[in-house]
Amino acid sequence: MTRKGAVESAMRTVLLCAGLASLLIVAMTGIFILREAMPAFREVGVWRLLSGSEWRPGQELYGLLPMIAGSGLVTLGAVCLGLPIALGCGIFLAETAPGWIRGVVKPSIELLAGIPSVVYGLFGLVVLVPAVRGFDYPGNAGFGLLSASIVLAVMILPTIASVSEVAIRSVPDEYRKGALALGSTRWEMIRTVVLPAARSGILSAVVLGLGRAVGETIAMIMVIGNSVMMPSAMGGPLPGIFLSRARTLTGNIAVEMSYATGLHSSALFATGVVLFVLIMLVNSAARALMARNAGGGRG
Amino acid sequence: MADTVPRLRTAGYNLYYGSFRALRDITIDIPENSITAIIGPSGCGKSTFLRSFNRMNELIPGVTVTGKVLLDGEDIFRADVVALRRKVGMVFQRPNPFPKSIFDNVSYGPRIHGTRDRGVLASIVERSLRDAALWDEVKDDQQKSALALSGGQQQRLCIARALAVEPEVILMDEPASALDPVATMRIEELMQSLKQRYTIVIVTHNMQQAARVSDFTAFMMTDGFRAGNLVEFGATKQIFTTPADSRTEDYISGRFG
Repeated sequence: MTRKGAVESAMRTVLLCAGLASLLIVAMTGIFILREAMPAFREVGVWRLLSGSEWRPGQELYGLLPMIAGSGLVTLGAVCLGLPIALGCGIFLAETAPGWIRGVVKPSIELLAGIPSVVYGLFGLVVLVPAVRGFDYPGNAGFGLLSASIVLAVMILPTIASVSEVAIRSVPDEYRKGALALGSTRWEMIRTVVLPAARSGILSAVVLGLGRAVGETIAMIMVIGNSVMMPSAMGGPLPGIFLSRARTLTGNIAVEMSYATGLHSSALFATGVVLFVLIMLVNSAARALMARNAGGGRG
Repeated sequence: MADTVPRLRTAGYNLYYGSFRALRDITIDIPENSITAIIGPSGCGKSTFLRSFNRMNELIPGVTVTGKVLLDGEDIFRADVVALRRKVGMVFQRPNPFPKSIFDNVSYGPRIHGTRDRGVLASIVERSLRDAALWDEVKDDQQKSALALSGGQQQRLCIARALAVEPEVILMDEPASALDPVATMRIEELMQSLKQRYTIVIVTHNMQQAARVSDFTAFMMTDGFRAGNLVEFGATKQIFTTPADSRTEDYISGRFG
């Protein structure tokens, strides 16, 4: 074999190993977590873990439903608050922003993505929690789903804004010209042609944001209150549920892992498995959407 | 030309990209219910000139114009651009149906202009598709994606989409250049039937096409400063048989361009 050929095949092997390594790491992590969670799955049972509404390690009660509800609600809240702003941002950057404003806004959105989550937590702690505490509502302590949703909304904003900007930008200009030539205004064109054409890209932006939201830990611990309880409206109207304290799946692990032993520890690993599966679902949804987007399914 | 009324008219019209003059001093009267072809070598500004009639050049940053463009005697630069584009429809070089159903494509214009009634929309869609000679091919499949149609069908769909807003003028920017000969022939036949009711202005680089379909021909060329200007305008027959300008003769006899 020539020297060039040897380098070539060595390179190929190195790259193959690198590729396999990441696969191996994911598989190892999954297997490791699953193995540690096995005692909890065996002794508590998968169904009781998922549907049990009591989490009291002292009494051997390991129900994850309050945390699933907490993670679910805070994610829902974050998407409801963040999506309109993020999408507006994406549309603005892709369609209407003059060059110099884009030059200012885009880097600041990228900066937003780079800020460590603990800093967002601090912001939530000193600004949002006291502000939310101002609502006169029975049981409202400021810490809770609303504060956490706002923090999370800000954290997923850059993801959704930049991915949807790319999706909107990739809509062919011919569609825009076609719409304008038929006498639509700029906004009509965006609403009736550009956004529908970018729909699947925007959806995948949202799903990517969801993934980030479900996995967020430290900022949530700092503002959500961490009480193990089913979120409830505390006797008031249903939206009051967002003033309830809650705990996320991620927070559950982070708060208790340092002192957990035995079955308790295994139940925390089971929490990790639930998160793992959730993220896997979210990611494959995002992949499916993006594949559809790329594969000419522009309808 | 004396017996026809000018529908579109430009007078001393200039267009600049930044400081570069792309169109110089164009004055032309385009008669109604006829087909006017704009021909000329590549880069002579014929598409730019065509886009002047529905103000699509305004989408390009840095474009400024001087002089007049009149539709039915009214200055189009004073008119509302949305209203102008309702009256002056456009068909593009590459078929550009929206990624929507056939029905939604054709009903797009009427819908944004306020027609909501499903029955009314359905009859507009049928009429427009019939006028665009596409009805028989798609009538049973109007919910199918427009992107599933062939290139020629897509272009006729785009014509139907333009007809649905009931324009007075239809601008066509090399509408058949992306199509095969059979599809091209169908578009040309369609133009003949449409000129009874519409004023059509077509840009084409295909001189045979201009000779076949148009009633009037405008020949454009760049001058010494690379600005496009109108060399000669007249009845197609006259332009192609006895051109007044030697440059026109050189071009149509294939000596350059």
